[in-house]
Amino acid sequence: MTTLETSPWRQAAAGALTIAPAAVAVVPFGLILGANAAEKGLSAFETATMSATVFAGSAQFLAIDLWTSPAAWAALAFATLLINLRHVLMGASLARRLGRFGPGTRWLAVFLMADEIWAVAEHRALQQPLTPAFYLGAALPLYANWVVTTTAGAMLGGLIEDPAAWGFDFAFTAVFIGLVAGFWRGRTTLVVACASAAGAILAHKFLPGAWYVVIGAGCGVTVAALLPQRAPGP
Amino acid sequence: MTPELATWAAIAAMAAVTFATRAAGLLLAHRIPQQGRTRAALDALPAAVLIAVIAPAATAGPAEIAAMVLTVLAASRLPLLAVVAVGVVSVTVLRRFLG
Repeated sequence: MTTLETSPWRQAAAGALTIAPAAVAVVPFGLILGANAAEKGLSAFETATMSATVFAGSAQFLAIDLWTSPAAWAALAFATLLINLRHVLMGASLARRLGRFGPGTRWLAVFLMADEIWAVAEHRALQQPLTPAFYLGAALPLYANWVVTTTAGAMLGGLIEDPAAWGFDFAFTAVFIGLVAGFWRGRTTLVVACASAAGAILAHKFLPGAWYVVIGAGCGVTVAALLPQRAPGP
Repeated sequence: MTPELATWAAIAAMAAVTFATRAAGLLLAHRIPQQGRTRAALDALPAAVLIAVIAPAATAGPAEIAAMVLTVLAASRLPLLAVVAVGVVSVTVLRRFLG
């Protein structure tokens, strides 16, 4: 592992550059989520507050999809728990990378740990030690874009009438495929990927809500643990 | 509970649950063995999670499967923004032809 010591500003700029594609891709999603939220009766201020305090795209999409008036807050909290269960394992993995973070930045990093941010942070940590400057440089642009675009979506309403006709719904899928490429480690990853995909597709077919994320990821990591182990690496 | 209050309760509950799941990993991390099979499982986690999230959408129909293959090919040689462009354009075109 090489240690490239550069100034915090350069680290932050590197983080911003790394997250840029995801920050661009999130714009249509923010607009669509905001428009959907407005349709369900949420005000722009409520939508903005949700994005700023929850900051979890897939959980928010699911919640708005399930939203009733008045809101069934316990059911929404449970759906959020299911789709975010993966964050427990993701946080456990990220914790190994936070050696250079103070107590304050540690909890801030956890609060901002959306999928894309976590993925670029883990990928950065494979190359050099993760710093708070890089992490915040990557996290804050995505956070700002998410809050601003969801709020704008709530104010503008159904700006994009049929997002699927423009392939915007697939942008999310494409971002994740691109992020997976950064973690590709040959045949092991291929086996893990097949197990995850098979588990997720089957669970999605037969179970309601967000169980498929937990079950698919569970299949993938189980297979990884069962594969013949190589000698302990660095 | 008034509708406004129910909305704020839902937002607060979602925020609390999300932070709790993200923080739990940090609190549990030192109890999780850092070698052997657990280490292998944690190392595999990023790809496993990302794939599980998108697998149903990426295999929803013939157009999505074909676009997914093109996007995977793009991901093996292009930067992320180009990968997104390939995904969005190819799924739009393929949906016209494959439905």
